[in-house]
Amino acid sequence: MSVMALAKALGVTLKHFFQKPVTIPYPDAPVPLKPRFHGRHVLTRHPDGLEKCIGCSLCAAACPAYAIYVEPAENDPENPVSPGERYAKVYEINMLRCIFCGNCEEACPTGAIVLGYEFELADYRYGDFVYTKEDLLVDTVGSKPQRREAKILKKPVKLGFKVPYVRPELEGVKYE
Amino acid sequence: MIYLITAIKAAVLLVVLLLTIAYITWIMRRGLARFQVRLGPNRVGPFGLLQPMADGLKAFFKESITVERADKLAYWLAPILTFTFALAAFAVIPVGPDGWVVANLDMGVLYVFAVGEMAVYGVFLAGWASGSKYPLLGGLRSIAALIGYELALGLAILGPVLMVGSLNLQDIVLWQKEHGWLIVYQFPAFLVYFIAALAEMSRTPFDFAEAEQELVAGFHTEYSGTKFVAFYLGELGHWVVGSALMATLFLGGWAAPFGLPDIPVLWFFLKWAVFIFLVLWIWASWFRTRYDQMIRFAWGVLFPVAVVWFLLTAYYVAKGGML
Repeated sequence: MSVMALAKALGVTLKHFFQKPVTIPYPDAPVPLKPRFHGRHVLTRHPDGLEKCIGCSLCAAACPAYAIYVEPAENDPENPVSPGERYAKVYEINMLRCIFCGNCEEACPTGAIVLGYEFELADYRYGDFVYTKEDLLVDTVGSKPQRREAKILKKPVKLGFKVPYVRPELEGVKYE
Repeated sequence: MIYLITAIKAAVLLVVLLLTIAYITWIMRRGLARFQVRLGPNRVGPFGLLQPMADGLKAFFKESITVERADKLAYWLAPILTFTFALAAFAVIPVGPDGWVVANLDMGVLYVFAVGEMAVYGVFLAGWASGSKYPLLGGLRSIAALIGYELALGLAILGPVLMVGSLNLQDIVLWQKEHGWLIVYQFPAFLVYFIAALAEMSRTPFDFAEAEQELVAGFHTEYSGTKFVAFYLGELGHWVVGSALMATLFLGGWAAPFGLPDIPVLWFFLKWAVFIFLVLWIWASWFRTRYDQMIRFAWGVLFPVAVVWFLLTAYYVAKGGML
């Protein structure tokens, strides 16, 4: 009966009326992300504090968008930056070119470059989208614009996401 | 003196009614959002409560465009007609005992009908005067709907009126206070009236006159700025007034149910809210009918039911029941 169908339709909508809305009011509430989300890159360190990156440029070779630039240098044996012979003196990723495919992560022989969860990268100038080593190393929390804002407001960086767990590849990464 | 008091009452009613209609937009948007498991507007003020003010302000600062091919007089007259007559119907609806009504007319029901039908002129004139295709189609559809629902609406109301023996809305409320709600005695009449009223308010499932998906916005496609607001508020005003009328006619108006104490505006407001919600609920749930389907339904189902029920009531009253 069509009248029954109409009544059923009313029942369905009424059920939804009392449900919790699915909308996430994003800047006010964190966005729930999946553990494998591809966000801003992180350059990880070994547990002893040495950088994992050995400056081999395989990530740059694997990058389909030519977003990565690596300039290697010889390690000082007395005071090494990385455990191998060489380390990355310059490591830059252009976040405007990057397509967040994760090929760099797969190409990396030491697991140094890993895609993290941060996605709030919007900024005003082209130049500001080039992330250098300091911006990418594990100790840095937040994107460049976020850290700039935090510095001006003298508040800690506020990240707009939450993940059920941080995947183990992101060694030593702490998201507040 | 009596004129002054009436004028003050009318002014107060107008302000309250306009505020109500403004907040109906908020209720509508938040309510529809909740039916769709969304949050709805919540940015302006707490819970988005200042959203109607922001919307109104925005609309008044917008450019008021007059279409080149429009018939200027009718084009300007249409929104004014719709808006005025949508609100005017409220004048006879009692919100409390004796003094709580602007005009305690003896032929209140008749007045509501007359004024309600005048509002359709606004819609039709808008469609015709815009000099554009979609508004014309929307206007024609609203006339087609009028042909469909009008008869059923008028006949459905005859049953309750016969039973009460008065066209005065205050009398109808007082009768229900004494004997119980008319929705119990006159349920078929209520059903017919409710369905026809949905068409009169041009709400889902009979909102084909402004069908956004097919006709852009129907009759008010070519309207912007203040004129659009007049139409928008007029449409919502129909909803508000229509719901208030149904609450008065069938749910006992301002009279308190179950022997609870009478508080002038409160009970009326609650019953009113029931119908506001009901229309919103249907809006969120159902489809839109074609206007020929609606006319066939109105003439093939609503009209016979209303006639038969009217005759039954007339027979019952003539035999001396319930007077």
